[in-house]
Amino acid sequence: MKPNPLWREEFSVFEADERYVNRRQLTKFLTLTSLAMFAGNIWILLKAWLRAGIPYPMRAVARAGEIAVGGVKLFEYPGPEEQCILVRTSEESYVAYSQKCTHLSCAVYYSALDRRLECPCHRGYFSIEDGSVLQGPPSRPLARVVLERRGPELVAIRMEERPEGR
Amino acid sequence: MNQRDIPRNRKLTAIDGAMSLIVLLLIIQMWLLSATLDSFLAGDRDSALAGALISGVLFLSCGCLYLFVVRLERTGA
Repeated sequence: MKPNPLWREEFSVFEADERYVNRRQLTKFLTLTSLAMFAGNIWILLKAWLRAGIPYPMRAVARAGEIAVGGVKLFEYPGPEEQCILVRTSEESYVAYSQKCTHLSCAVYYSALDRRLECPCHRGYFSIEDGSVLQGPPSRPLARVVLERRGPELVAIRMEERPEGR
Repeated sequence: MNQRDIPRNRKLTAIDGAMSLIVLLLIIQMWLLSATLDSFLAGDRDSALAGALISGVLFLSCGCLYLFVVRLERTGA
């Protein structure tokens, strides 16, 4: 017996078959939605792998004395889209962190009054001394930029990402 | 009793069951995607691989259930 052509399966004239068609089409739609979500997970995985492969360049980020005590300077490290924040905490002390909050990636800013880094989105506060979480939803410390003083210049050497912990 | 002999109403029940299961898997997959994205944005790159693997397994399960629905339908009433 010759099988039904596809159009007859998709546009059945029989009411009973129509129920099958509706269910099959909905199932197909749900499966394609599942495929889309799997593709989303793959995209996240690729982004994670590509980001992990970026080497840390050595880059002069500021000149000593360029910023006042309690002042900040924003710079990009290691890539052009990775915003970081450099803070001069005392006469001879500088610290730098990724500006990305470890909760949902909002940009943190330095509050000189409270001497801490603050995320305005969900009130996550980080210690200026070591980037650890003081308060709020973030569960991981800020990624720290390791700095080295080379003559009059402050040079970023690498990023130091630390595991969970307050 | 082979698949061809299964009455239509029982087949529809089986198809409805498969669809419910797919919806359940989709809800889990949706939660998984948002959780993986959340931890990726928080700087945790290790969870991306586990998220992608589990999402793949869930997608394959949905695919198998879809094939089950198609096969059940093609066996005739």
